[in-house]
Amino acid sequence: MMRGRVAYAGAIHDATPEGSRVRLADGRVREEHEVVWLAPFEPGTIFALGLNYAEHAKELQFSKQEEPLVFLKGPGSVIGHRGTTRRPAGVTFMHYECELAVVIGRTAQNVQREHAMQYVAGYTIANDYAIRDYLENYYRPNLRVKNRDGGTVLGPWFVEAADIADVNALGLRTYVNGELRQNGNTRDFVTGIAELIEYLSGFMTLAPGDVILTGTPEGVVNVNAGDEVVCEIDGLGRLVNTIASDADYGR
Amino acid sequence: MFSVADHLLHVEGEALPRDVSADAVRTVLATGAACRAPVSGAVYGTLLNDRNALEALGDAVNAPPYKAPPRAPILYLKPRNTLAGHRARVTVPGSEGVEVGASLGIVIGRTAARVAAHDAFAYIAGYTLVADISVPHASVYRPSVRFRARDNFCVIGPAVVARRHVADPDRLAIAVNMEGRPAFGATTASCVRGVAQLLADVTDFMTLAPGDVITLGVPHGAPVVQAGERARLAIGDWASLEIEFVAPGAAPGARA
Repeated sequence: MMRGRVAYAGAIHDATPEGSRVRLADGRVREEHEVVWLAPFEPGTIFALGLNYAEHAKELQFSKQEEPLVFLKGPGSVIGHRGTTRRPAGVTFMHYECELAVVIGRTAQNVQREHAMQYVAGYTIANDYAIRDYLENYYRPNLRVKNRDGGTVLGPWFVEAADIADVNALGLRTYVNGELRQNGNTRDFVTGIAELIEYLSGFMTLAPGDVILTGTPEGVVNVNAGDEVVCEIDGLGRLVNTIASDADYGR
Repeated sequence: MFSVADHLLHVEGEALPRDVSADAVRTVLATGAACRAPVSGAVYGTLLNDRNALEALGDAVNAPPYKAPPRAPILYLKPRNTLAGHRARVTVPGSEGVEVGASLGIVIGRTAARVAAHDAFAYIAGYTLVADISVPHASVYRPSVRFRARDNFCVIGPAVVARRHVADPDRLAIAVNMEGRPAFGATTASCVRGVAQLLADVTDFMTLAPGDVITLGVPHGAPVVQAGERARLAIGDWASLEIEFVAPGAAPGARA
């Protein structure tokens, strides 16, 4: 089952796919572009993984890790499908990161990896933007790089775990203006989903709505104002985002 | 919406927070009441915002892995599992103890995006005391999230003090008292960025929502405590925030 959350005609609605259109919980069916897409659920704690695909780690010249590189993101950075993300004038390297987002469904404490998948409610697509110009070497990756307004795109749908046959064999692709730029597969995780849940729940309690962005494969390139960035994951749909200029934001 | 008229206090077991006078806060706390965190938004911690901490790093800021002094504010999230209130019990995971970073918490009252420093106070609902607890770690390059994100590692309160009660947040005394050893003292006056400048620099790239908290930063040399100790934290003449530190297995999260 796929579920979304959209704003339409003065209210926020749960929505489900109806062909290429969306059906609101009250029965109205509308075109995708007639509604405003929100993140498909209200995220709790947002975890993100650095360097969790072997080839991407190589791309950024990283060697072996002692433990997963986890950082946290704030709720203010989250936007939905068909939203816009600002690219400050003058930066040289702003890039998307297509990621499988794993949504926790049950309170999890000290969970062993062999039981960990029982704690997963489902999945969505994340596009976790970064602006490398702002990278500093204190508490990396620093929030000015990774926790910007509009920098965490989630959606379009929340897909229940039972609907994904093998989450460890999903293709991820990013298209910039229609051109394929990123092409990976979740089989190449450095640390898998079950191991991540075991790791995190070993020192902190996870709760329903917490979400783990599991890292991105190789193939990140700079994007510019006006570019359309589409992140696609097998079985989860296509997450569309447009890069906007400072001028759009009155800067 | 987040608003505080006087002192916002969420007594454990009560459905909603009370908004009462400082005297009423003291009366309630004198009965031994435990509290929840008086806020429920996102909590951001600030690091290396104490000139003494930067001075202690010295030339290390120019050497690897840092390679340059910090430019933007150094921030991190304290996730929701870390939030706790007055008289929380905090589990000390190992023999290295935990650092108790007593910090001024700035509580946002209005959506704060691209705030100018001269206007920043208009976005603040009030202030609170944040015990930003961490497992001690020497490197601030890429510390593991497990150092700062353990359950109950962010004890807040007891109350949110309305902004009108705080004449100058950049000139507040901070104290951490522990039984049987000298108190730790610090001041918000040694900050690199004061309250207004911090809000301006942060909200240039990330919007803060009503009820969110951002700390002014952990003071340099914050004390390290062990299981079995208690700490009493205070800012100025505000009601103090009490924390009990316990060994693993001693019912984490239960109240003292």
